[in-house]
Amino acid sequence: MKKLFASLLVGCWFVCAAKGQERPVAFVNARIIPIVGTPIEQGVLLIHKGKILAVGDTRTIRPSPGAEIVDIKGKVIMPGLVDSHSHIGEVTGADGSAPSQPDVRAMDSINVRAASIQRAQAGGITAVNVMPGSGFLNSGQTLYLKLRDGANKIDDLLIYDKDGNHMGGIKFANGTNPIRPGGGNFPGTRAKSAALIREQFIKAQEYRDKIRKAGGDRSKLPPRDLTMEALLDVLDGKRVVHFHTHRHDDILTALRLQKEFNFRVVLQHVSEAWKVADEIAKAKVPASIIMIDAPGGKLETIDVRYENGAALEKAGALAGFHTDDSITDSRWFLRSAGLAVRAGMSREKALFGMTMANAIMLDIQDRVGSIEVGKDADFIILSGDPLSVYTHVLETWVEGKKVFDRADPKDRLIAVGGPGAGEDRSSHIHCFDGDLGGQD
Amino acid sequence: MIFVCSAAAFGQLAVKGETVWTMAGEPITNGIVLVNENGKIEAVGAASQIRIPANYRVLTAKVVTPGLIDAHSVVGLNGYLNQPHDQMGIDASGAVQPELRAVDAYNAEEKLVEHLRQYGITTIHTGHQPTALIAGQTMVAKTTGKSVDEATMIPTAMVAVTLGPDALASQGKSPGTRAKQAAMLRAELIKAQENSKKTELTRDPRSEIMIRVIRHEIPLLVTANKAQDIMTALRLAKEFNLRIVLDGVAEAPLVLEEIKASGFPVIVHPTMARPTGDEDGLSLETAARLSTAGISVALQSGFESYVPKTRVVLFEAAMAAANGLSPRDALALITINAARILGLENRIGSIEKGKDADIAMFDGDPFEWTTHCTGTIINGRLVSDVIK
Repeated sequence: MKKLFASLLVGCWFVCAAKGQERPVAFVNARIIPIVGTPIEQGVLLIHKGKILAVGDTRTIRPSPGAEIVDIKGKVIMPGLVDSHSHIGEVTGADGSAPSQPDVRAMDSINVRAASIQRAQAGGITAVNVMPGSGFLNSGQTLYLKLRDGANKIDDLLIYDKDGNHMGGIKFANGTNPIRPGGGNFPGTRAKSAALIREQFIKAQEYRDKIRKAGGDRSKLPPRDLTMEALLDVLDGKRVVHFHTHRHDDILTALRLQKEFNFRVVLQHVSEAWKVADEIAKAKVPASIIMIDAPGGKLETIDVRYENGAALEKAGALAGFHTDDSITDSRWFLRSAGLAVRAGMSREKALFGMTMANAIMLDIQDRVGSIEVGKDADFIILSGDPLSVYTHVLETWVEGKKVFDRADPKDRLIAVGGPGAGEDRSSHIHCFDGDLGGQD
Repeated sequence: MIFVCSAAAFGQLAVKGETVWTMAGEPITNGIVLVNENGKIEAVGAASQIRIPANYRVLTAKVVTPGLIDAHSVVGLNGYLNQPHDQMGIDASGAVQPELRAVDAYNAEEKLVEHLRQYGITTIHTGHQPTALIAGQTMVAKTTGKSVDEATMIPTAMVAVTLGPDALASQGKSPGTRAKQAAMLRAELIKAQENSKKTELTRDPRSEIMIRVIRHEIPLLVTANKAQDIMTALRLAKEFNLRIVLDGVAEAPLVLEEIKASGFPVIVHPTMARPTGDEDGLSLETAARLSTAGISVALQSGFESYVPKTRVVLFEAAMAAANGLSPRDALALITINAARILGLENRIGSIEKGKDADIAMFDGDPFEWTTHCTGTIINGRLVSDVIK
C-alpha cells in the first residue's frame, strides 16, 4: 500500500513539475508593476523553468509557441514581496544565558510547516529575512528564505550564494530591549550596551589577526570559536548586520559602531528615522521601517511616525519595510506601503520599499525584487491596486510555482482565518488531495 | 468675555462634503451639515436645500462621516508609555473587582486619546482590560476634554467580565479553570440576586454595582472568544436573566445561530487581531458573518499589551470592508451600531438633527490606507485639523 502511494505521489509530482516548469506560462493582459521600469498597462509576463523569460506590452511581446496562456485582465502583477525582518516559523535564537550570542543560528529552530509561514505566502511574501528576537545585543544568525511550496525541511527554503553557502545576516539590537538592570551579565545602560558590542568586535578583530598570521598553516590557527567565526563573517562583509534600533540616539549609536568596525548594516525598525534621516542617508546605510498603528507600547517607540518613509525618501536613503511578524501580520504587509504613502512617501518608492529595497538589503537583488528578464519567477497577482485596502493577493508564485491560490479553499482559509487556520501545514501538495495514511 | 470666547469656539459650523454618510438613510451627494452654537446638529441635507448662515465657519471635505466610535477600548486607563504608572487596566489583587470604576482611572490627556481623535474617533467605550474574571467597570467618553469629567458620557457603562484563558489566575489561585470561572461568576450573581431583594443594605460598592447588573441597569460586557466560552456566557445570561454584550467572539461563526437566538449584541474583536491564543481561529470575515446574520454588531480596538498599544477602529473597519462587508455596513460597525450597543443612539452614531455634532472628515474613501482624516469635530468644536 505504501509503495502504491509512493508511486502515485511520484506521478503527481511529475505532473506538477511539468505544469509549473517545463512549459512556459504567459500571464497576459495584466497591469504589471515591474518596480524597475515603468508600469505596463496591458502587460505580458512570460515565465519558464522558474525564471522570467520576458516581460512587456502585449502588443510587443508574443508568448513563445506552446506556452500556456493565462488571461488575467483587470489584475495586477508585481514582484513577490520581500520582508527584511520577520519572526515567522516559530524562530528562536539566543537564550537567557548571555547578552550576545552570535553562535546561535535561526536555521536550527525553524518550523517550516508553521501557519505563520503560510500566512506570509498568503500575504504575497516570497523572500524573507527570518530573525531571532531583540532582547539581546546579539541574538544570533538570521536566515534568508524563499517561501517555496511544500517545504519538508529548512533546506527546502534556503537561498544559496554563489559560493554555495546559505544566506543570512546577524541580529543586533540596542535601546531598551537588551537592557536588563540587575540582569546579571546583561547591560544596564545604553553606554554599556555599546561597550559590550565594541568589546566583542575587538575580540573578533584579534581572532582575525591570528588567522591572518597563521598564513594558512593549520597548526597555527586559533581554536574554532563559533562566536568569533560569526563575527568574523561580519567584519569580512559576508554577513550583514540587522540592527534593531528605534530611538534617534540609538540609530546614531548603530551608525557609530558601523563606522568604527566597518560592517555592513541594515537599520531595523528606525522608529525615529524622521529625526535623523539625513544622518542615515549620509552614512549610505539602508533602513527598514516598521509601520505600527499607534505610538508607544514601549518607551523607545513613543515617537514613531508613519512619516519615516517620506523622510528617508526625501533624505535620499534606501528605505524598505518589514512586517516584524507577529508585530504586524504578514498577510497585510502591503498595508505598510499604503500607510507610508498616506504619510507622504511616493508610490514608487513605497512599492520599491516592499520589494527591491529589501532585496538589496538581503543581497538578493540580482534574483528577486523586480520583474526583469532572467530573475526568478517570484511574483504576485493582485485583484487591484497594491495600495488599496480592498485589494487581495490572489496568487503568490515562487520560482515559477504557485505557492498560494486564494481560489483554493485551503489557501483562502489561511488568508482569511477561521477554525483550523492556525494549524501547522501537514501536507500541502497541490495536486494530491488524498489521505496520506498516517505518513509524515 | 469667557462666554464670548467659548461661544466662538463651539458650533456655528457648516461642514460641506462631496459625500456625507449620515448613517441615517442613503449617503448625501454634495451635502451640508450645519452645527449650531450648542454643538448640536442643526440641519443636514443636500447643498441645494440648505442655506449656510453668514456667520458660520465653513469646512469642506471630500467625505464626511459621523464621528467614529470605538465600541471597546482600554485607552485612557492604559497609556502609550506602557510603564507600570500608566497601565491602569488591571489590578492584580483579585479576580473579581466589579467595584473598580473606570472614571477613577481615565486620563483624558493620554497621548493615545489624541492619537485616536486625529483619526476621526470621537467616542470610546473604555475601561478595565479583559484579563480578569471581573476586572472592573467601563465608561464611555468623548475623545476630548481636559478632564475625565469633561470627557465622560456614561461614567459606568458596563461591567467587564472575561472568560477563558486570558482571565485565569496564576498557579494555585482561582479561577484556575473555565469551570471555576463560571462557578465564581454564578456565586457572585446569586449574591447579587439576594442583595437586590434586601430592603436594607450596609454600603458596599461591590454589592451595589452587582445589584445594578442583576436589575438590568447596566449590562455585563462578556469577553469570550472560544465557542465554549461564548456558550457559557449565554448559559449564565439565561440562568440569571442578564443583559449582556458579547465581546471578542473569535469563534462566533461556530455558534452563530445560538448568538442570534440570544438577541444579544456583539462587539467583535479587531479585524486585524493576531490569531494567537484563544483567538487562533479568528477570521477577517466574522464581522460580515454576524452582520449578515442580522446580529447587532460593532467593532473594537481591543486590548493590546505591547505594540501597537492601541489599534484604530477606522483601520479595523477598513479591513472588515475588504472582507465581506459593504462600505456602509463596515462604517456602521464604528458609528450607528456602536452607538446603539452603548445605548447612545440618541446622541451619537449618525448625522441627524439634534444629535451631538461629532463629525469626521476625510479627503477620500475613509477606508483606503492612503486617504487622510482631515478633521475631527466633537460637540461642534473642531478638535483636530492635522492631516492624518
